[in-house]
Amino acid sequence: MKYIDEYRNKEIVLQIAEEIKRVSTRKIKIMEVCGGHTMSIQKFGIPYLLPETVELISGPGCPVCVTSRSFIDKAIAYARMDDVIITTYGDLIRVPGSHSSLDNEKAQGADVRIVYSIMDALMIAKKNRRKKVVFLGIGFETTAPASAAGIIRAQMAGLRNFYVYSAHKVMPPAMETLIDEGVKIDGYIGPGHVSTITGEGIYLDIPKKFGLGVVISGFEPVDLMQSVLMLVKQIENNDPKVEIEYTRVVKPEGNIKAQQMLEEVFEAGDDWWRGLGVLKDSGLKIREKYSMHDAEVQIPVEVAPPIEPKGCICGEILKGLKKPKDCKLFAKVCTPSDPVGACMVSSEGSCAAYYLYNR
Amino acid sequence: MCLSIPARIERINGDTAICSVGDSSYEASLQMLELEEIKVGDYVLIHTGFAIQKLDEEEAKASLKTFEEFEKLNKDLDSEEQQKGKRIV
Repeated sequence: MKYIDEYRNKEIVLQIAEEIKRVSTRKIKIMEVCGGHTMSIQKFGIPYLLPETVELISGPGCPVCVTSRSFIDKAIAYARMDDVIITTYGDLIRVPGSHSSLDNEKAQGADVRIVYSIMDALMIAKKNRRKKVVFLGIGFETTAPASAAGIIRAQMAGLRNFYVYSAHKVMPPAMETLIDEGVKIDGYIGPGHVSTITGEGIYLDIPKKFGLGVVISGFEPVDLMQSVLMLVKQIENNDPKVEIEYTRVVKPEGNIKAQQMLEEVFEAGDDWWRGLGVLKDSGLKIREKYSMHDAEVQIPVEVAPPIEPKGCICGEILKGLKKPKDCKLFAKVCTPSDPVGACMVSSEGSCAAYYLYNR
Repeated sequence: MCLSIPARIERINGDTAICSVGDSSYEASLQMLELEEIKVGDYVLIHTGFAIQKLDEEEAKASLKTFEEFEKLNKDLDSEEQQKGKRIV
């Protein structure tokens, strides 16, 4: 059991495709809200295996894509300070701010370092005690516990020069807002690794309040096809509920230890999402007891209001209202090597996925 | 961003594990898992340097078995359709 090859079996995928075709009678739209799913769906050509009745659309599942330009602008303002070292996951390095990017600042001499884990950022802080080391905390519930672990570790080790600038977000408010705003979908493919941490509980309101099902899915073709089949069956039987397809990883209760770390360090606060605006309690803010490691509290900096690129319809794409091919800039002015909007620069953005696999 | 890959635990040192994915090896913190439930040979999902869950072999086998049964069911239906010369479903 290698947990990958087994789930890429062509025979099984085609069998499930047959079954979906057999069961599906109603025209439906299913939305995925995880950038990893967006990539897998395009990479494995899942839409081409589905009958005409089933349409897949991408939602706001890419943290880099939904994060405000002002976050990048502020990170750049930090990077320009002489006594600051920026540490970040590679995902953010090329994302355009209003006037520059971290990559560009690095080329100009700023100390910007890509790390694989927040633990590497802690090591950098340990070795550079005279510098302020700022870690850019981005990502949903999957990634946020790592930031929490890093902050707890910094507190324990007395690393006073270590700070996190948090743009961490949680998924359910965005999923509910989309339905509230009238985006027409019939079910959600639930994010597999967010749910690994949270468990299924965070989605239980969606069938109750909105009558839509959620199937928590893995990332291989068999997983995705099976999840679509489970949703199609729910919809055909008028039986919306939360189900887990990705049972080899996702437990109904999630990862309790990681949840406790999240709860210990973060509290819910309002946050801005591209395409959706400010959503109540959708962001993770660092609690006051850890404020000595909160970059926003300890290193105040003012930036001008962000400037969004003209003609970019990333916001509409993130809501599932438009597809990348509907954008005039797509694959012409806006390409992965010279991206205009966040959905093209992020490797898991819808535009990047379509550019790579479905142009 | 939430990408995470199954990796096999090769060694455990305190709350850190050395894990392999194919021929590459990675260090992963085990602080988000219950240490007593983890042993060498287990597969874990690694995300940004942290093992975030142990993979459940029983569940994996069970889901694959369902797919196999599914395949058999479909084949049976196909041959029945061929015999009767008409579509059943």
